[in-house]
Amino acid sequence: MKIQRIEVEQVARLARLALQDDELEALTEQMDQLLAYVEKLNELDTEGIIPTAHAVPMENAFRADEIKASIGTEKALSNAPQREESCFVVPKVIE
Amino acid sequence: MSFPPTSITQLHQQLRSGRLSAVEVTRHFLQRIEQTNPQVNAFITVCAEQALQAAAAADRQLATGEAPPLCGIPLAVKDIFNTEGLATSCGSRILHNYISPYDATAFARLKQQGAVLLGKLNMDEFAMGSSNENSASGPVHNPWDLQRVPGGSSGGSAAALAASQALATLGTDTGGSIRQPAAFCGVVGVKPTYGRVSRYGVIAYASSLDQVGPLANTVADAALLLGAIAGYDAADSTSVDCPVPDYLADLNAGVKGLKIGLPQEYFIEGLAPAVKQAVAAAIEVYRSLGAEIVEVSLPRTAYAIACYYLIATAEASSNLARYDGVRFGLREQQDGGLLQMYEQSRAAGFGAEVKRRIMLGTYALSSGYYDAYYLKAQKVRTLIREDFNRAFEQVDLLLTPVAPTTAFALGEKTDDPLHMYLSDIFTVPVNLAGTCALSLPCGRDGQLPVGLQLIGKPFAEAQLLQAAQAFESATDWHLQRAPLA
Amino acid sequence: MHSRYEVVIGLEVHVQLTTKTKIFCGCATAFGRQPNSQTCPVCLGLPGALPVLNQQAVEYAIRAGLATHCTIAPRSIFARKNYFYPDLPKGYQISQFELPVCEHGWLDIDLNHKEPKRIGITRIHMEEDAGKLLHGGTAGSRVDLNRACTPLLEVVSEPDMRSADEAIEYLKQLHQIVMYLGICDGNLEEGSFRCDANVSLRPFGQAELGTRAELKNINSFRFIKQAIEYEVERQADILDEGGKIIQETRLFDADSGTTRSMRGKEEAHDYRYFPDPDLVPLVIDAAWIEGVRAELPELPEAKRQRYIEQLGLPAYDAGVLAAERAVAEYFDALVALHPQAKICSNWVMGEVLRALKEKESSISACPLPPAALASLLQRIDDNTISNKIAKQVFEAMWQSGAGADEIIDQQGLKQVSDSGAIEGLVDEILAANSAQVEQYRGGNEKVLGFFVGQVMRASKGKANPALVNQILQNKLGSRS
Ligand SMILES: [Mg+2]
Ligand SMILES: [Zn+2]
Repeated sequence: MKIQRIEVEQVARLARLALQDDELEALTEQMDQLLAYVEKLNELDTEGIIPTAHAVPMENAFRADEIKASIGTEKALSNAPQREESCFVVPKVIE
Repeated sequence: MSFPPTSITQLHQQLRSGRLSAVEVTRHFLQRIEQTNPQVNAFITVCAEQALQAAAAADRQLATGEAPPLCGIPLAVKDIFNTEGLATSCGSRILHNYISPYDATAFARLKQQGAVLLGKLNMDEFAMGSSNENSASGPVHNPWDLQRVPGGSSGGSAAALAASQALATLGTDTGGSIRQPAAFCGVVGVKPTYGRVSRYGVIAYASSLDQVGPLANTVADAALLLGAIAGYDAADSTSVDCPVPDYLADLNAGVKGLKIGLPQEYFIEGLAPAVKQAVAAAIEVYRSLGAEIVEVSLPRTAYAIACYYLIATAEASSNLARYDGVRFGLREQQDGGLLQMYEQSRAAGFGAEVKRRIMLGTYALSSGYYDAYYLKAQKVRTLIREDFNRAFEQVDLLLTPVAPTTAFALGEKTDDPLHMYLSDIFTVPVNLAGTCALSLPCGRDGQLPVGLQLIGKPFAEAQLLQAAQAFESATDWHLQRAPLA
Repeated sequence: MHSRYEVVIGLEVHVQLTTKTKIFCGCATAFGRQPNSQTCPVCLGLPGALPVLNQQAVEYAIRAGLATHCTIAPRSIFARKNYFYPDLPKGYQISQFELPVCEHGWLDIDLNHKEPKRIGITRIHMEEDAGKLLHGGTAGSRVDLNRACTPLLEVVSEPDMRSADEAIEYLKQLHQIVMYLGICDGNLEEGSFRCDANVSLRPFGQAELGTRAELKNINSFRFIKQAIEYEVERQADILDEGGKIIQETRLFDADSGTTRSMRGKEEAHDYRYFPDPDLVPLVIDAAWIEGVRAELPELPEAKRQRYIEQLGLPAYDAGVLAAERAVAEYFDALVALHPQAKICSNWVMGEVLRALKEKESSISACPLPPAALASLLQRIDDNTISNKIAKQVFEAMWQSGAGADEIIDQQGLKQVSDSGAIEGLVDEILAANSAQVEQYRGGNEKVLGFFVGQVMRASKGKANPALVNQILQNKLGSRS
């Protein structure tokens, strides 16, 4: 076994996904299978190989420090599930 | 000439000459969509009113005699592109009510030319899938055989074309998502080099692999469309600042003297006989056109799928964190506190495949596993890229099948994710290497189209399109239309 | 600060940069605007939006790195720090993890002018700020994303500080430096300079570090002292009773002066850092670094040294003058025109800073440019006016903006050095105060001061005090 159900539950919490029992069951099996499959990569010796983040070499993309117009409060909030005045609202957060 | 013409270049002529108006062409396509969409389900959103307004504006511009080539051309884009004022769902329930406040750069460039947007196309949710069965808006049906999948994730983009619902479309390709549906639906699909087309405003699946590209009925149309959307965009740090050639200028240059490589790892057992046969015939066409055919090797091909699924899911797990019910999209369990709202909104908003990939990606990045999975995959990616570099020292282009089979039946692979993933074996390595490739029709498997893949050197889209044009000119596969068309 | 345990403090300071726009989008960074009015698809974290790095922010990071003796990385990368919170729009913060832009620096702090102590700077990295969560809403908590994506430098120190006083000294110095560099407005109340403190205790002589608590939300120098001192006592009490310190984040509560564990954040964090594929590596070549270095101002520490060693100023004066860049530059300009450092120092620290404070103004708005003040000091030097009259002229110059000579002329303040005129005044005063004359002659020489004062008053302050003295002594002496 590459992964246990309890680990799958932990990952689901980390990913903020409330999963049903049957989903957890199926995912444990599928993730186990997929993780076993990707073990394949260990056949390759990658000692000293530089990882590729972008296939096309790139560096230094900048913008100048110039103000661009905001899209505006109304547009910013146009898809808000809940709002109050010009703020998004979420369930009360206790710190 | 049939009404309406099936290529952009033809239609442009007729719009300019005034023989057709953009409004009447737009009406025709809207009617086609209305008639055929219940069967094909390629469109998630049809924006008839805006389309007719855009068409009227295009007609005014055409009347001045100063109209760019895409003015008045009826197009549609994958629902992954942000389109201001229109629903943009990305095939997901989590964005079921999302109206985008801005335009993606690639779409904005089409709009700039006066192209007419007919609507937004169905897709696998967040571009995760190879069959277009993972859509909150239901599966897309292949116009060649409605019981079969159109491929994915840009299934709507390919099916809409095949069903003559639009003249050309835009898709995105992260692991084959343009090329494979283009092959399954018998159209041309181009995945440009990473950085060639701006990703700004394109909803991210796997940021280091995603690339925007055109789907069209002919190579020339695809070339025209690519020319329109390609080029540096200051809003995308990964867009590359190198000039965009006129892809149409030398499109008919031919393939004489061109060296075409056949990667031996792509001609394997498990390749459907009809696919094998069609690709073999295509090779002969190229030989007869004067290309030199040589065998090459891409030895790390077998590792591409594992490499891809680690990188893509890791990036996706992070890219999809913004769907949290705070600023937009679905919100569930408003009253149970913040954590519940997050967990329930995401659980209700994402489909099974998306959840699976978020889970795998989260796991691959989590502490203690990063080096073994994500970092390892990034290193293997280097090796896969080296394979391509080495091959391109010997040849100008690579020629391969697009997929091991033609379009499979709806529901055939939905229960077996790994099996589904493995069907992307010929397309995924190209995304890992970042280079350009295209798919074009090269034969038939009974009723169903077979696709041919050509892979070019980075930023050598012009050469890739020339080679495709040579094949298209020598064959008539592109003229064959789906029964539903 | 504690007798049984050694206190170990490391600081993480978030320095908000004064760029006009955010670090990854073109939205303005102005403070205190209508919520969500300074937003765009990028800083709202809308689907499909992409970040592009503000070059000015990089320039500022290089400045900070050079000023704190860091190595500037020739190649650095941005990473995503993944966690969910309503003020974090994308579900990850773009930060730097491996390969930060600056590493291996230090600052020397000087406590009570003993031997300076070197505090190591582990790294300085660039990152975006989160938005603001406002807790007063009726329906729930409110989210304002105006601050989201504002550029920050996170300056991480080594755990080199051993007391709250050392921590404060380090912070003050860092604060001065970023203000000098013009990269931060230094406003603690608005959160432009925020400090988290990692505090742990260990028995003296133990090499290994104790378990630390991370103190957050400390927004004044005073509170830092309070927070650290409270935390040290809290941990010492636990250790005294044989208990164990839990590694946790604790929130400082300014009202009670205590720290408390942050509820709801107990779950172990797993940030799943990985290189942000939307951004490309940041490559900084030697030419860029040298270009920035050439433009760096003289820093406070160097100024202090120079004032003491080259200008001969007392350490106190040097410290006051160097504390704020604009003041130091005013002083430098003044000394260049009037090369008597101590006199210049007295005037800047005395009159100029006093007047600015009275008028609640800043040196940048000072109506008296260094050249104007220099010309006033020149008139003291050449005996045109006395020091006392000069203060009167200073006040008039401040009010009217007129030049020193103009005011001296107009108000007839020129010092009277005509001995005949002064003799006349002296005679009058002596005649009118015969009792005091007797006292003086009886041996009470202190009375001389009384006469000087009387003569000066009679001359409306314009009589040359040295001459008055001399004439008085002559006359008082001659009659004896
Ligand atoms: Mg930080
Ligand atoms: Zn913004």
